[in-house]
Amino acid sequence: MMLQAIDLALVIEKLILIVIVISASLVIAMYTTFAERKVAAILQDRRGPNRAGPFGLLQPLADGLKLFFKEEIIPNFSSKFLFILGPALAMMTAMMTSAVIPWGDKIEFFGRSVALQITDVNIGVLYVFGVVSLGVYGIMIGSWASNNKFSLLGGLRAASQIISYELAMGISMIALLMVTGTLSLKEMVIQQQQTHWNIINQPLGFLIFLICAFAECNRTPFDLPEAENELIGGYHTEYSSMKLGFYLFAEYINMFISSVIMATLFFGGYDMPFVNEALLSPNIAALVGIAALMGKVICFIFLFMWVRWTIPRFRYDQLMHLGWRILIPLALFNMLATGGVILYFGK
Amino acid sequence: MNITTLVFILLSLLAVGSAIMMITSKSPVHSVLWLIVVFFAISGHYILMNAQFLAIVNIIVYAGAIMVLFLFVVMLMNLNKETEPVKNYRLQLIGVVSGGCLLLIILSAIMKIDTQQLVEMKVGDAGLIQSLGKNLFTNYVLPFEISSVLFLSAMIGAVVIGKKD
Repeated sequence: MMLQAIDLALVIEKLILIVIVISASLVIAMYTTFAERKVAAILQDRRGPNRAGPFGLLQPLADGLKLFFKEEIIPNFSSKFLFILGPALAMMTAMMTSAVIPWGDKIEFFGRSVALQITDVNIGVLYVFGVVSLGVYGIMIGSWASNNKFSLLGGLRAASQIISYELAMGISMIALLMVTGTLSLKEMVIQQQQTHWNIINQPLGFLIFLICAFAECNRTPFDLPEAENELIGGYHTEYSSMKLGFYLFAEYINMFISSVIMATLFFGGYDMPFVNEALLSPNIAALVGIAALMGKVICFIFLFMWVRWTIPRFRYDQLMHLGWRILIPLALFNMLATGGVILYFGK
Repeated sequence: MNITTLVFILLSLLAVGSAIMMITSKSPVHSVLWLIVVFFAISGHYILMNAQFLAIVNIIVYAGAIMVLFLFVVMLMNLNKETEPVKNYRLQLIGVVSGGCLLLIILSAIMKIDTQQLVEMKVGDAGLIQSLGKNLFTNYVLPFEISSVLFLSAMIGAVVIGKKD
């Protein structure tokens, strides 16, 4: 058997890592919902949730319990299997991206050095893209299976929006790949540790990527798929109980994961600025790295919320105009300019 | 039997099984979903042949973009079995004949396969991005450029057709 050839300890190590990463992203997503309400409250000069526990810290738990105990309604005319598959897919694709993210450098553990990355495939960036492009299925299948025209409209909006913005995102990424010359996220972080962050080379690329990330996460100002005052609840109109919870939760996980991706691609990942990690002991360096990554991620999540509570929603034609007529030409220009600079300086 | 063979058999069963389900399922939406499963199984085969780049591009382009559009159109037209027109006898006959011809071609191709040159599993770098890129831009640069022009003309054609006048 081939399986015996694989180091059993490696399998266990990876399993533990997967469990930690998934539970960490769930807990972070849970508290992101809480942070969202607090940030909204601060921006609107309110207090926000403060009843459950000290400073309202138990509010996410209370929300989760409420969703679990709600009555579950599956519409009569819907396809039951697909109705359940929708939120499951949304959740699964949201979690899958975390497999290629380098969360930190190695840690030494009972004489073993454990890389803080589930897998370092040589197509890391493309894998992220693949999973992102699959993310729309959860919404589309769920919206179709609901057998409700408002849901279907929400699903169709989500599909066209995600396809439109994927293009600009991909082209802005090509420019980044031309600079770094690698597809592995780990390699990119190491390069950025040794030289400088990619944001210095690719400011325009980052801006395009950021806007597209907002669109891919269906966050305001791009939250047309669930525009409640036009489409009732959008694609999740018919959903109740924890299935609705899955959809809402997947959005927060997506937000967290895309913040991590942006930090990794453009802001040095687990690289702590002005600190030479090589001088620290490996474990301390890994912890510093994780802290640095989380600090950057928190900044991005705050940006997501700040924009949501500041900018109103786009109209649909504005959304398409921005995607096809502004972002894609801009991304193409960025790619050409990057190629020209690389050619000129003979990198 | 090692793990690779086992995975190969499982993936093949999945691919063929879902391809059959795609053809036989009555609802068009289900057909599209089964087709997506087929693409995933084929991507699994690419990974077995150490062609990770092809595998992921297959998922991004086919499963992630083209099938989304298929699903989009099928959902928008709200096709279901009640409204689907029943094909007449002649169309069915033509379908059987042309399908049979394709089957014959595939069978004759399979019969001619040189069993000395089977695809090796988990080795080779034919599908990795470096070797693929080098090949495309050196040995196959002319076909590559011609297909790019074809794509460009298809894009322009789509814009022209889609434009309201």
